Amino acid sequence: MQNVSSNSAPPLAIAAKSLTKSYAGVRALRSGSLELLPGEVHALIGENGAGKSTLTKIITGAIQPDSGELEIFGQRISENDPNRSRALGVAAIYQQPAIFPHLTVAENICMPLERERGGITVDWRSRKQRAKELIHSIGANIDPDRLAGTLSMAEQQVVEIAKAIGAKARILLMDEPTALLSERETEKLFTLVKRLRSEGVAIIYISHRLEEILSLADRITVLRDGETIACCNAGDVDRAKLIELMVGRSIESVFPKRTVVPGDVAIAVKDLNNPEAGLHDISFSVRKGEIFGLAGLVGSGRTELARTLFGITPVHTSITLHGREVTIGSPAEAIAKGLGYLPEDRRQHGVILDMSIASNITLASLNDVAKRGLLDSNREQSVAEAYRTSLRIKAPATDTVAGALSGGNQQKVALARWLAIKPGIMILDEPTQGVDVGSKSEIHELIVEFAERGMAVILISSELPEVLGMSDRIGVFYNGTIVATLSREEATQQKVMSLAFGHEVQA
Amino acid sequence: MKAYARELAVAATILLVLALLAATTHGFFTVDNLSDLFLANVPVLIVSLGMTLIILTGQIDISVGSVFAVCSIVTGVAARAGLPVLVAMLIASVVGALLGSFNGALVAWMRMPSIVVTLASMVAIRDGLRWQTQGAWVGDLPASFQRFGLSQTAYTILMLVVAVLLIVFFAVGLRYFRGGRNIFATGSNEAAARILGIDTNRVLFSVFAITGLLTGFSAALNAVRFNQIPSNSGIGLELKTIAAVAVGGATITGGSGTIAGTVLGVVLLGIIGPALTFLGVSAYWEHAIQGLIILAAVSVNVLSHYRRRQVSHA
Repeated sequence: MQNVSSNSAPPLAIAAKSLTKSYAGVRALRSGSLELLPGEVHALIGENGAGKSTLTKIITGAIQPDSGELEIFGQRISENDPNRSRALGVAAIYQQPAIFPHLTVAENICMPLERERGGITVDWRSRKQRAKELIHSIGANIDPDRLAGTLSMAEQQVVEIAKAIGAKARILLMDEPTALLSERETEKLFTLVKRLRSEGVAIIYISHRLEEILSLADRITVLRDGETIACCNAGDVDRAKLIELMVGRSIESVFPKRTVVPGDVAIAVKDLNNPEAGLHDISFSVRKGEIFGLAGLVGSGRTELARTLFGITPVHTSITLHGREVTIGSPAEAIAKGLGYLPEDRRQHGVILDMSIASNITLASLNDVAKRGLLDSNREQSVAEAYRTSLRIKAPATDTVAGALSGGNQQKVALARWLAIKPGIMILDEPTQGVDVGSKSEIHELIVEFAERGMAVILISSELPEVLGMSDRIGVFYNGTIVATLSREEATQQKVMSLAFGHEVQA
Repeated sequence: MKAYARELAVAATILLVLALLAATTHGFFTVDNLSDLFLANVPVLIVSLGMTLIILTGQIDISVGSVFAVCSIVTGVAARAGLPVLVAMLIASVVGALLGSFNGALVAWMRMPSIVVTLASMVAIRDGLRWQTQGAWVGDLPASFQRFGLSQTAYTILMLVVAVLLIVFFAVGLRYFRGGRNIFATGSNEAAARILGIDTNRVLFSVFAITGLLTGFSAALNAVRFNQIPSNSGIGLELKTIAAVAVGGATITGGSGTIAGTVLGVVLLGIIGPALTFLGVSAYWEHAIQGLIILAAVSVNVLSHYRRRQVSHA
């Protein structure tokens, strides 16, 4: 623990004050502040979307803040960029190490370091020597001649750290470094982190694992809704307190939730396992007219479940749809059996940006707008026009290219597509992520309408108020399975968060 | 109309070249010259239709020239063996479709990169043919073989009808058939297309098979123009067709392009060579100027995409 006396304040490694950042009208960071001391491990925690990655991206220079102040080692940074921050000693290590798998360990470590040296030749011998020294200096042992692609995830991280040390990093940013490590590997990494700390390196440590943070970190900064809520000494808090800090907000937005009398069971899943997707022992059911929320941390298995149910990562286990046992082997089968899936990543898996709004809307239901195998343009236009009006898609015309629309309107196009095929079961994965406030409440209204029409809705969301405000029941994911199912009345932010962080809750 | 800006630009360039020819030369606008020019470009035109589909899915096929050569020889050999010309054409088309299907299967289900698959096919088919024929041409063809026994004029008109029918079929199909939509969706965003239940593997396989079929068919149509069939035809056909599609405005990464654009691309690249000859420019410049046209066309693509990206980020 650092003892900072007020009269001899050491220079801060990082002083960030009231940083803000918006993406297309969405506030990702409202007021991000952070004080990082040299030689401390400083944990950064918060829910999904609390602003952790936005804050760290500003520090590494990947993005520019809209306003606020940033100082690195006492130096005021007005125009940051990745080269600038690297020169000031900032290095970042991500969950998925950024290595070149086809190159050797030595090359991976030394390539960025040699860029400053200049010249066009490569001195292989000194390169290998340098890599060896760096690896040893952090107490590890990896053959510099091995191909980086053959290393374990933990070893790849060691390579990343060696690279950072080689670049004389004095501020090390670690984003979920243990997410993919075994327990033993994690311990080794912690030893290494403590060693770096004792050498005066300032470490920003992002993790969802609260135990880990409490045992490793000196201080903890909590972010919530894009705002720095608290900075506390690790010794002064416990898990419960941290969870409270992370979620302790009032549900300010009003949700248009209307309860529908649920009908028959539309989908029932019993003991579903999909080892490839990291899912195990999942059981749940959703009735017609019901909205079943799925809460949990990113990577806990929610999206994986959606992709499994929809046949993208299929399993042979059968599920029960409207009382009939079926297996689903591909998205085409899923659609034929009455499932719809609005994927998480709109740009990657959702709308087809090169196509017009009309083509996007009718793409999954072409038979409905075709006459004797030929598409009927008039019918297609009128179907699209009807959705444009009813969903309030803001676009000049239905032949506008989808890529020209705002995120919220693209999402509405994607939703219209599924409405057009009228699925009995609709899976919505983060339907309002990155969507402006106005479109967001319109999308919420649509989801309620789905349920009113008798659709069974599975709603995946990282935004707690959204899940709590929209769902009739909530399944909480932790580590690849649903650990608890709560009714609307039982579910509180604290309870859901505790479960999502892997803690038992006494009812 | 902004949506057809590219097609209009290519059409305007064609008109410009034609106007230049009309003003400064004699002999270009004769029936003989124009019909020769047309007939020489029929294979490029027909194969380009298939190439458009392939490029729309984000793939490429550089084996069409070799497939064309094989199918030409197949037509001749079948006809010499006494089969009716129409049967010979059918056999050539089937052979083309099979070769295209082979490429397509490797690309679709084995997930091999199309540039490598078709490069291998291109080399293997061309050299296999060279070895088999020992470079010999196919002669001794029955009298009814050449131009189906039709007069030069009748044959030209027949080719014109076939070309127009194919262009209309593909233009309409791409817009109004379900398969057409699936091609655009696959090329634009394969992951999204799969989630919509589109069997993207089948789409990829189909575009290669269709292109093979068109290549075989056009080889047969072309083979009957003469009474001898060379064993080395179709050299450079892949470059001509890919260039025509690119000039027509299709993006090489897939997802956007039109049949109209491709047809105009074929016309522009087809007239530029003879135009230079008529204008008295050395024939050596032909390829350089074609290259410049392609480069200009692709630059316009990249720039307009760049601008669109700027807009959608704002």
